Amino acid sequence: MAEEKRKVKIKIEKLRKAFGEVVAVKDIDLDIYEGDFLTLLGPSGCGKTTTLRAISGLEEATDGKIYINDKLVFSKKDELIVAPSKRNVGLIFQSYALWPHMTVEANIAFGLKIKKLPKNEIDKRVKNILADVHLEGYGKRYPSELSGGQQQRVAIARMLINRPQIFLMDEPLSNLDARLRIEMRSELIQLHNRTGATTIYVTHDQEEAMTLSTRICVMNEGVIRQIASPEEIYGRPADMFVAGFISNPQMNFFKGIVEQKGAKTVIKAGGFSVEVPKDIVGNRNEVVFAVRPEDFVIDPKGTSYNIKTRLPAGSFQIAMANNGDEKDIALMFDGEEDITTGEVIKLVIKKDKFHIFDKKTEKRLN
Amino acid sequence: MSNIALEHREVKGSPFLRKLVRNLTMPQRIMAFLLIMLLIFFVIMPAINLVYTSLTFSLSDRRLPQVVDRGIEVVPGEFTTVHLERVFWSKLTNKMFLIPLLNSLMITFGLTALSMIIGSTLAWLVVRTNLPWKKGIANFASIPYIIPSWPIALAWISVFKNTKIGGSPGWFQFIFHVAPPDWISYGILPIIICLSLHYYAFSFITVSGALASIDSRLEETAELMGASKSLVMRKITLPLVLPALLSAFILTFSKGIGTFGTPAFLGLPVRFFTLSTQVYSNVKNNLAGDAYLLAIVMILISSLTIYMNVKVIGARKSFVTISGKGFRANPVKLGKFKWVIFALVIIFILLFVIGPLYILTWQTFMERDGDYSLSNFTLHYWIGPDGALGKAGQLLGEGQAGILRNGDIWYAAWNSVRLAITVSLLAAFLGILLGYSIVRGRGTKLASTLDALSFAPYVFPGIAFGAVYLSMFAKPFGPIPALYGTFSLLVLVSLAKRMPFSSRTGTSAMLQVHKELEEAGELVGAGFFKRFTKIIYPLTKSGFIAGLLLSFITTMRELSLIVLIVTPKTKVLTTMIFRYAEGGYHQYGDAITMFVVIISLSGTLLIRKYQGTGLAKGIGG
Repeated sequence: MAEEKRKVKIKIEKLRKAFGEVVAVKDIDLDIYEGDFLTLLGPSGCGKTTTLRAISGLEEATDGKIYINDKLVFSKKDELIVAPSKRNVGLIFQSYALWPHMTVEANIAFGLKIKKLPKNEIDKRVKNILADVHLEGYGKRYPSELSGGQQQRVAIARMLINRPQIFLMDEPLSNLDARLRIEMRSELIQLHNRTGATTIYVTHDQEEAMTLSTRICVMNEGVIRQIASPEEIYGRPADMFVAGFISNPQMNFFKGIVEQKGAKTVIKAGGFSVEVPKDIVGNRNEVVFAVRPEDFVIDPKGTSYNIKTRLPAGSFQIAMANNGDEKDIALMFDGEEDITTGEVIKLVIKKDKFHIFDKKTEKRLN
Repeated sequence: MSNIALEHREVKGSPFLRKLVRNLTMPQRIMAFLLIMLLIFFVIMPAINLVYTSLTFSLSDRRLPQVVDRGIEVVPGEFTTVHLERVFWSKLTNKMFLIPLLNSLMITFGLTALSMIIGSTLAWLVVRTNLPWKKGIANFASIPYIIPSWPIALAWISVFKNTKIGGSPGWFQFIFHVAPPDWISYGILPIIICLSLHYYAFSFITVSGALASIDSRLEETAELMGASKSLVMRKITLPLVLPALLSAFILTFSKGIGTFGTPAFLGLPVRFFTLSTQVYSNVKNNLAGDAYLLAIVMILISSLTIYMNVKVIGARKSFVTISGKGFRANPVKLGKFKWVIFALVIIFILLFVIGPLYILTWQTFMERDGDYSLSNFTLHYWIGPDGALGKAGQLLGEGQAGILRNGDIWYAAWNSVRLAITVSLLAAFLGILLGYSIVRGRGTKLASTLDALSFAPYVFPGIAFGAVYLSMFAKPFGPIPALYGTFSLLVLVSLAKRMPFSSRTGTSAMLQVHKELEEAGELVGAGFFKRFTKIIYPLTKSGFIAGLLLSFITTMRELSLIVLIVTPKTKVLTTMIFRYAEGGYHQYGDAITMFVVIISLSGTLLIRKYQGTGLAKGIGG
């Protein structure tokens, strides 16, 4: 792939972090390329924040190696731990961690004062950076006098002023309300485009990951499940966990029975049947068959499903339907689609919009 | 950039050395290590020494009958069971151990029961009913906890003193011309009453806190289901405040068992002893070995209650913290009793909170003790000169000047103030260090050891802790010379005893500073010292200053802790009060007491202003 030719900015080898008995990160390997906007995505406790903190140097990992710019910054074997301030990284904390007793200016200038830059240089840079994040005139205020979005911008400014080559962001938008979050997303994309800095972004919000990232790394229980572009993750989830996690409302999983009809191999699941190439299923009799809620269409030739509940949401609507199986399936349609509770509709699966997984390993087959 | 060059360097040198250097330069670890050393040296070692001394001979043991009769040769430092025998298995056991123990237990149970009844009733009235002027009542009801416990005892003496003990009669005899019986003037009953009037404030504060934190919806739900008010009280409210009641019980109990001032003032004149006053009297009579054994008994009882506290409360704590909005829409209506109850509460406050202070103040203006008429008014005990004569030509206060012109008292006041300032500064500073090491090291063995060790002095009743220090520092110990009779010893003992509170305030202040605030500094290259001065200290400043003031007040009013180790050279105000009261110079004792009370109250008001909380909150120890 083309990506392989790009420069590796951060290389993680066999990184492991245990908190007592609990292993938060289990020997992960990860390459992050120059200019990447890589999202670490996963449910809480999956090890994503721990990984980020290990890269920053704030957390001492239990084992493994980390290289930044081809230089070793962490190696347990050598007991080498380069201080966070010497790694050329900037970090935005989930809580922003703005110092409440300092003004906006003092917050931003702190790092430069530590580096003992001349005062007029500091003033100039603070002024410029405040303009960059649209906070002119707010320099003398205290963080508590700012709105959540403005505090967020101060945190960004405080990171930018030290001119790090790598941006680390730990769920930076989770404290904002829904509308502001969308606004800040586009600002973060602009920031990434403008600076070109390698960015590692931690979130549990799949939508945020989809919109922002050039690549997504899905983690669960300390293990990386898939690293790929957002399109790939959505279109071809590598295993059942990724398929289930990246889906809203939930992915529909069916028990799929493999049948041989002459030369054709057919999978029957939830009343549907699809034809697949023989080599996908091999000699399995049963597989897991999955379809996203948005990948069904109403078609008179389809399978009958009874609408049990309907959850309209304006531009779209979600319906729970059943065809006599114990489990309801989730469906997602356009807002205009005319559906009523209790009605029987006929459904077909959009062409090739299904996912087949091995029952035991849960890995993708098609 | 210069730091790139550093990263270019190959990995050289020994991994072991690198790890060692890193561990040795982690600020929270070095500090935790040093603090543990300090605590071992000033808390654990003295405690071990106490046990050791009580099991060995000292020079003064030569005159003990058990030694003289048997012709045993006393070699100082040699092992002996003579003290064990004297205290636990001899003719003296009753007088020296069993009766004081029984007295202590009766007093403690009595005062715990009485103070819990008063405290919880007041708490319920103030938090849960439509009683008028609740805020004022709450503030006044908290006053006894802020001032020392013994002024009430001194006031009691002023009122109920009878002529049988000698000296002038009290206010009661002055008015009614009848001497009150001994059991009202001295001994167990007045001790229980006076202590309850101090310690009820503890139940009041704990229970009102718990009552206020109960979400009223919990009770309203039950009422909606048709439960009567009394059923709601029994089945919902009571179980929810039970943990608070239990903790009030155990804390009052563990404080009561060690209390010294009140049983000394109201017990010693009639030779009524508790464990604490027996320890004191044994030390004064050069029976240190016996005293130390009694101190050990006190420590064991106190440890047991605290162990129970951890066992009982620890397990139930989970539902103390029911935090709803704490908003109560419908207070219980007291109906036609409202004003009757209000009047009773006001009478209680006037009689038992304001009253004692009023009587003490009045007494300082009386020329002759016990004469409450206006003609007896004098300012001598405040501002009189040396050798002033009274109206009948007698020498006032044996020729001593009033407290504001008395060099001796100024000297003691100066000692008190410099002791309180030194201790509070050091305690607040150590508190921040303890807090930092404990909070940042959370989860490590080092931090939990430190946490436990810093709590250890809490187990020692004041007089027992004083005895511990007396036994330890009377002789040179390690690099430390004999400290008996020095100001440093007072500082050390007060500081060590404050450690549990310092560590608690330090820890809670440090918990306010989110770890990420410090990490944000670390990330841009701020070293530990920079992070401490620029980030941590500014953010914990208010906790630091409140802790400082609290230490100042508690040290100013401390008596039981230092009464054993104070010498004429190191005397402080509280021990002066004790001497004056012992010698029957009530006007002097009361005048100094009022001075200490004013300092305590104004100091607390200052904390309150600083923290923006009421008098009823934030008082510990």
